[in-house]
Amino acid sequence: MQVPRYWREIPKRYRLEAAQCKKCLNISFPEKFSCPECGSRDFKTIKLSGKGKISTHTIIRIAPEGFNDQVPYGMGIIEMDEGPRIMAQITDCDPEKLKTGDRMIYQFRRIREDGSTGVIMYAYKFVPDVGI
Amino acid sequence: MTGIVGYGTKIPRYRIKVEEIAKVWGADAPTYKRGLNLNEKSVPAPDEDCATLSVNAALNALKRAEIDPADIGAVYVGSESHPYAVKPTGTIVSEAIGACPYVHTADLEFACKAGTEGMFIALNLVESGAVPYALAIGADTSQGAPGDALEYSAAAGAAAFIMGKDNLIAELKDTHCFMTDTPDFWRREYKHYPEHGGRFTGAPAYFKHVTGAVDAILGKTNMKPDDFKYVIFHQPNGKFPVLVAKKLGFTEQQYLPGLLSPTLGNTYSGSSPMGFAATLDIAKPGDLILLISYGSGAGSDAFIFETTEKIDEVRNRAPKLRTQLDEHKIYIEYGTYAKFRKKILLPN
Amino acid sequence: MRKLAIIGIGLIKWGELWEKSIRQIAAEAISKCLEDAGTDRIDAMTIGNMSGGLFNGQEHLSSLIPDHLGRKNIPAMRIESACASGGMAVRTACLEVASGFSDYAIAVGVEKMTDISGNEATYALATAADQDYEAFHGVTFPGLYAMMAKAHMDRYGTTRDQLSSVVIKNHYNGSLNPNAQFPFKITSDQVLKSPMVSDPLRLLDCSPITDGAAAVLITTLEEAKKLKKQPVFISGIGHASDSIALSSRKDILKLEAVELSTDKALKMAGKSIRDIDFAEVHDCFSIAEIMILEALGVVAPGEGGKASSDGLTGLNGNFPVNPSGGLKSKGHPVGATGVAQICEAVTQLRGEAGERQLKNIRTGLTQNMGGSAGSSVVHILEVI
Repeated sequence: MQVPRYWREIPKRYRLEAAQCKKCLNISFPEKFSCPECGSRDFKTIKLSGKGKISTHTIIRIAPEGFNDQVPYGMGIIEMDEGPRIMAQITDCDPEKLKTGDRMIYQFRRIREDGSTGVIMYAYKFVPDVGI
Repeated sequence: MTGIVGYGTKIPRYRIKVEEIAKVWGADAPTYKRGLNLNEKSVPAPDEDCATLSVNAALNALKRAEIDPADIGAVYVGSESHPYAVKPTGTIVSEAIGACPYVHTADLEFACKAGTEGMFIALNLVESGAVPYALAIGADTSQGAPGDALEYSAAAGAAAFIMGKDNLIAELKDTHCFMTDTPDFWRREYKHYPEHGGRFTGAPAYFKHVTGAVDAILGKTNMKPDDFKYVIFHQPNGKFPVLVAKKLGFTEQQYLPGLLSPTLGNTYSGSSPMGFAATLDIAKPGDLILLISYGSGAGSDAFIFETTEKIDEVRNRAPKLRTQLDEHKIYIEYGTYAKFRKKILLPN
Repeated sequence: MRKLAIIGIGLIKWGELWEKSIRQIAAEAISKCLEDAGTDRIDAMTIGNMSGGLFNGQEHLSSLIPDHLGRKNIPAMRIESACASGGMAVRTACLEVASGFSDYAIAVGVEKMTDISGNEATYALATAADQDYEAFHGVTFPGLYAMMAKAHMDRYGTTRDQLSSVVIKNHYNGSLNPNAQFPFKITSDQVLKSPMVSDPLRLLDCSPITDGAAAVLITTLEEAKKLKKQPVFISGIGHASDSIALSSRKDILKLEAVELSTDKALKMAGKSIRDIDFAEVHDCFSIAEIMILEALGVVAPGEGGKASSDGLTGLNGNFPVNPSGGLKSKGHPVGATGVAQICEAVTQLRGEAGERQLKNIRTGLTQNMGGSAGSSVVHILEVI
């Protein structure tokens, strides 16, 4: 039963809510207990724009439990325009054609299901920013 | 004044051609292509469902509306493919767009009419002053039984409309509904695929209700077909909307911009709302638009909108429907389609 | 702090040990270790194990293993730091003895990974990543290291052949190690033809799923002199951690935990990396060995690939790495790996490594890390 663990991350997973340090303006995603740059614990919640570029990526061909029906899928670290880097699936594309630096944009997608009777888990993924 | 302040759509990137489906079932592709005016249809990716299409369409609507999502007081999602049998899609959408927690949400279902149902409720709630903004979405990832005629048309897509009172891009002029109890298409509890009445879905169902709603709203407003710049009908295939348009005296110029089914398929609750969104993409200020949905069971909602000066300002803030429909398509063969749509029997 | 020595090592033949359970393989390694040391004395036991819970449905190894061994009253504890659990267990046993709390502490590393399916094992291993912000999204360990490999290739021009050279070298070494899971040589062509797991990493770039156990007995230098075996002196211990999520790192090619743990261990030993004669390092993937070479300071950043293909790290190279065959050929029963690295270093320093014996060595280094190098532990071992 993964519900509580899934549920409590929803603001970040659905809306890309990040924490901006009020002192040094560094943005953490996900939020941290104290700012990794200056140590301050004074944050404000901001919403990331969902736009960024591929910092590095791969294609997952052997998947963990729960992801078998999606292979092969793109996976990468997306550097957001605001600074933070996010590990996410890159979907809606031929993963063979992805390149470092490709522009990416947030989409709300299904991540996996907890079996055929359990909860459906949703979160951010990224897709090539082709204007659709 | 009440009307639309923002609209947005989402179409999956995957497509399957009619020939590809016909090949598998030994069917005659030209029959579907010519007979039903269907060429290809959208297919949702394995990580898309009614909730994700709704959210991504609603976020596009927000880009156009440029309002604070927290000001949205109501969210309605109309669909016949809600991801859960019990658990709202509306909460997923409200949470993802940032409308929670002070929001009223409901999931609606009325075959292909659930999208305009939400629009009807949202417009009237805003009109009443109960909420400043209301979001209505028509979204589906509909399934036709393998080999059935519906498999050639059952597609996926979503359209979202944010209703408000100020900064309208299209003002609501009038509405009218036409309902009877007509079982032309249904899906029983726990069944995966719907059943339909074959040719019974035509004259006593689609045509009777669509023409009934159009006649009623024209009579109520004392208007005639050539008063409208555009008309959008529900489009279960490419043939019915064209037939009904001609029967009612509308021209190609009026219905073509909103006719998407030949290359999109039937997006059920998303169908006529998406045709409407495609029309808003090209409408000029001051255009009168007639929108008529149809849902099996059966009924039609009719709406008259008039676009405002604001339409030119907002339409480029989000991707246009035709861009989503015509560009960056990924064609798949039946095997991939069967896998994506979970038509393959797996061990668990 | 009391000076530390290793007086016994115990290693079993690794592989897919279908007929044996986690308690049996742990007890076998301990028994071999005690036999090697020539003593039965255990004052304390540390157990390196990543995930008995997920792999075997068995937690509470601190009771299970001494019980099965027939030594049920030993104070034992399990140490977990993902794939660095073994190295951390050795470090903790060192602290027991160095502090004077115990005179004889045994560190056993054990992982029994084949009790579950490959997909389930992939999931279990992925729990070493950030569960909510990496594993949740479907990333795997080959995937994380593949991203590092991709970045390394992009930035430094590291090549497919350079990655393969690590694999070929480690399999050659492993072919000389009777305890290795895959004791055979492989060719560049075999690597290239192996299936892609996570681009650019192929199956033969990845360490395998292994059942295995290893143990080392640690005591003081004084006590060691009373025993039959030549003691090996532990002169440096370093340990550091880094962010768990790869995406949190400013530079994913900088293995900060490895750099810091190495620096600390060298400083404690009063040595520089130039004083080290050989190393056993955590080559969970081919790219990992290349990046570790850079993090240890053996070569400059970006030069790990070229150094590997130039033969620097071969048995006859100037800085031999993974004479045991490494995780790649010897196998990678995660919790046992860090302990087995110490076993190999001791075997080499004692001059008992047979065909793979290195010449003219006095000082060795072991480096064991968890996850995508979110934790790292380094030991420096010397002949007395």
